[in-house]
Parts: sequence; structure tokens; C-alpha cells
Amino acid sequence: MTSVDTAPVRGEISDRGRAERRLGLLLSTPAVVVMLLVTAYPLGNALYQSLFSYRLTAPDDRRFVGLDNYATALTDGLFWQTVLTTLVITVVTVGVELVIGFALAMVMHRAVFGRRTVRTAILLPYGIVTVISAFAWKYAFDVQSGFVNSWFGLGDYAWFSDRWAALFVIVLSEIWKTTPFVSLLLLAGLAQVPRDLGEAATVDGATAWQRLKRVTIPNMKAAILVALLFRTLDAWRIFDNVFIMTAGQEKTQVLSFLTYQQIITRTELGLGNAVGVLLFLSVVLIAAVFIKGFRVDLSQVRGDR
Amino acid sequence: MESTRSRALWIVVSLLILVWTAFPILWIVMLSFKTPSEIGNVQGFFPQDWTWENYETVFKTDLFTSALINSIGISLIATFVGVTFATLVAYAIARLDFPGKRLILSFALAIAMFPVVSLVGPLFDLWRDIGLYDTWPGLIIPYISFALPLAIWTLSAFFREIPWEMEQAAQVDGATSWQAFRKVIVPLAAPGVFTAAILTFFFCWNDFVFGISLTSTDNARPVPAALAFFTGESYFEQPTTAICAAAVVVTIPVVIVVLLFQRRIVAGLTSGAVKG
Repeated sequence: MTSVDTAPVRGEISDRGRAERRLGLLLSTPAVVVMLLVTAYPLGNALYQSLFSYRLTAPDDRRFVGLDNYATALTDGLFWQTVLTTLVITVVTVGVELVIGFALAMVMHRAVFGRRTVRTAILLPYGIVTVISAFAWKYAFDVQSGFVNSWFGLGDYAWFSDRWAALFVIVLSEIWKTTPFVSLLLLAGLAQVPRDLGEAATVDGATAWQRLKRVTIPNMKAAILVALLFRTLDAWRIFDNVFIMTAGQEKTQVLSFLTYQQIITRTELGLGNAVGVLLFLSVVLIAAVFIKGFRVDLSQVRGDR
Repeated sequence: MESTRSRALWIVVSLLILVWTAFPILWIVMLSFKTPSEIGNVQGFFPQDWTWENYETVFKTDLFTSALINSIGISLIATFVGVTFATLVAYAIARLDFPGKRLILSFALAIAMFPVVSLVGPLFDLWRDIGLYDTWPGLIIPYISFALPLAIWTLSAFFREIPWEMEQAAQVDGATSWQAFRKVIVPLAAPGVFTAAILTFFFCWNDFVFGISLTSTDNARPVPAALAFFTGESYFEQPTTAICAAAVVVTIPVVIVVLLFQRRIVAGLTSGAVKG
């Protein structure tokens, strides 16, 4: 940062300008330092440790193995099963959330009555701790405590003994908890669609569906892409719901959970960190695809003009 | 005629949405009033015999009461420090001309996308080496850094809308620069700072990954982690109803905050991301 500071910027800078730069950098320092401290060094450390065979319970057996841990992870069926589970959760969650979120945003945008009620209602799940949402849905479907089976006449169907049934409940909890965020982002996008465009289309005889497809959605593309990017990355990192509901049983591990399990439960620091680094790389890849491929306009997200 | 019908339609739609969002919360409340023995014997939404027993159990359990104190203390300190840092950055970004502005905002964005689990192993190691494992600062530090991006966006979007000229105007009118700052700028900036504080607090309150990986005892274990481990304890009865009572206790304050400040929260959540 300081090297940038001393770089000459065309012509002379006034004393006032120099003081302003110094103050600007000074004010930003604490936040940048904390963010770097918790991410840069540990990430470097994770990379380093992933090159060793190292179990916390047997520190003397620690030895350098190069990329062996990555090879182990990438050739293991469990890893790819985990990737598949994470992918299914992400695609289904984000897809459903976009549809419901858009509907909710439309209601908030168009509602003449009850706008406040809807907005407050929508914020409730946002405020609830994810772990509590996970417990609520788990207990609702649970054979012992739940009401779902008796309401729908399912007898003693064990939701959490089947991979896809368990994933269904996990996805349900995730959707309930995070759709509000999506709908608020989309609502802000709807507010940016020029009203007269829709009216002009109506005059020209466009149906509601045509207006939605040709006018509304193209004009709020930026908001949709931002919501899509944030939720995709969020869903890809899903952890809390899986931990509480199944603890990875019945083939419901996700990438975050696998990393946690290897490092904390099994104290396999080498292999666990390798999985953690792979998770990090996959997040970078997803972000890059969105930003380069779909040209998500992040200048709005970053807040620069 | 038309308006009455559309009015009725909107009311029905909003009620449906309310049912969908409030239902799981209501369910937790119902469970928290059931007797523990009802679990596994009677299936149903409403309790058969209403009881306060679970709330008594919860407040007699040290694991929960200390977790509650930990969560409140850690979240409040992290919120205070985080929002202070974010305010400094956001002020600099909105008001000052300096290099690296875009870099800071992009870096904050990268942090927001970071998979926190990737850091659990190294932080676990590092914290044990320097004695931060299972302590308040051991959670406060990561909470601050991961809550900062949202706080920075919210605040810099907010600060850009403030009419800063009023500060000079007040000084022209004879106010000292401190008076101008206190009487003019602080009241204008306070709502934005408050909004950022609510969002930051929610973020810290919600954390689970750090809570379970960087703590081991009730020394620093926050509520979500304590709830998760409550299940494992060998009680003769199902812990389900007690967990729900604890969940209700930590959910009530959040619901009140949401009801009181919904307008602010909506503005804060959307201002940083998409300008409306």
C-alpha cells in the first residue's frame, strides 16, 4: 500500500492532497489488517500443511508428501460423491430461491396493501440463526418428534435414513432461511426498472408474460446476477444445516463438512487442509466464471461509481 | 368493487407469506412447551400438556447460560470493533481521494466470498499456538474480519448520500469544527452506523463454523454451537424440547429487532449490493 502511496501521479500534488491520501490510507489500515490477518496467513498455512502427511494424534510421523494429499482426495469416490451432493444442493436451492424470491419481490413491489406485513414477514427467516432453522425443520420431519408424517399420512417414514429425502429437508431449510435475502436484492432491482417502459409495452398490447420476459427481467439483469452469484457461493459453502440434520450420514456430506470432518473430527490436518484448499479453489473458479463469463457488474456491489 | 377485490387478494397473499415464514418459528415455540416425554409418544403440532419445564431446565443448565453470555458478549464486542473499523474505511472511501480505494472494496468482496471452513484448520493450529483457542478474542477476531465486508458496503453506500457541505455551512455560521461534526454530521451518519451494527450483530450471532471449531469448553462456546452439542449429552430424556426452549430464548430478541427496525435492515441489505 505504501509503495502505491509514493508513486508519482501526474504533476505535483498539493500538501492538502498528500495529507488526504495519508489520512485515507490510515483510516483503512485497521480493517484491511484484520481481514488480512485472518485470511492471508491461514490460507498460506493451509496450502503448506496440505503438502504433508500429518495427523495431530501422531505428530512425529509428519512428513512431506508433495501433492499426494490432493491425489488421494481427487481419486477418492467419497470426494466426488461430496462434490455431487454439494452441486445438487446448490443448483436446486438457488433455482428455487430465484423463482420464489422473484415472486416475493413482485408482491412487495406491487402490493398496495400489506406491503409492511410482507416485508416484516420476509425478514423473520433472515434473522433466525441457521442452526435453529435446521433444528426446526429436522424436528418437523423427524419420526419421533415431527408432525409432518402424521399430517401427510406417511406413517413412520424415516426422512433422514435416505440420502435424497434427507437432502430434501436440508434444501427446504436452506431455502426457507435465505430466500428473503434473494427477494430483497431482486426488489431493489425491480425498483430500477423504468415504469413507463412497462406501460408502453401494455399500450402496445404486450401480455403480462411478455412484459416480464422482454421488459422487466432484461432491465434488472444486474440485480439478478448479483443475487445469483452471492447465493451460489453461499449454497456451495453450506455447512450448518448438514451438520445439524444428518452430520453427513447417508451420503449427505458437502465440501465444507468434509473439510471440517477431516480436520477437526479425524485430525487429519494434511488431507483435511488439501480438501479445504480444493474448496477454496472451487469458490474462486465459480466467482471467476460469474465475473468473467456472465460479466456480473460488481462495480455496484463494490460500491464504486 | 375492483379495489375491494384486489385488496382482499393482497391480504390473502400477505397472510400466506406470513404463514410460510412464521411457521417454523411457531413450531419451535410449540415444541418448547411440550413435555419431554411427549416426544416419541405423541405426534402433533400442538403440545398435549403445556409446560414451562423446558425453560426451567434450560436456565438451570450451565452449558446454555454460559453460552448465552458468551454469544452476547462476543457478538457485541465484535460488532462494536467491526463497525468502528468499517466506519473509518467507509468515511475514507466516501470522502477522501486516495489510491487503493477500489482495491480495498474488491478485497472486501473477496473476503465475503471466502469459504470459512478452509481456514478452520490453520486457525485452530495458530490459535492454540498463541493461546487464543477457546477464548473470547479467538472468536471476536474472525467475526470482525468476516463481518467487515457487509458493514463497509452498507456504510460507504450510506455515507455517499450524506450532504457533507452542511458541515462547512455550519462552520461558516460560526460553529467550531467539533460542533459542526457533532451537531451536523453525527446525526446524519448515525442511522447508517446503526443499520451496519444490526447487520454485523446478526452475522456474529448466526456463526456456527468458528463456534464449534475454535472452542472446546463453555469458556467461549456460543449458543449455536452449544445447541448442537446439547444433543450429545446423555440425558435420560430426549433433549429435543429443551433445545427448542433455548432456541426460543435466543430467537425472541431477534424477532423484536426485526419488527422494530425492518425498514433499516432492508435498506442496509440492499444498499451495499444494488442501488435502488
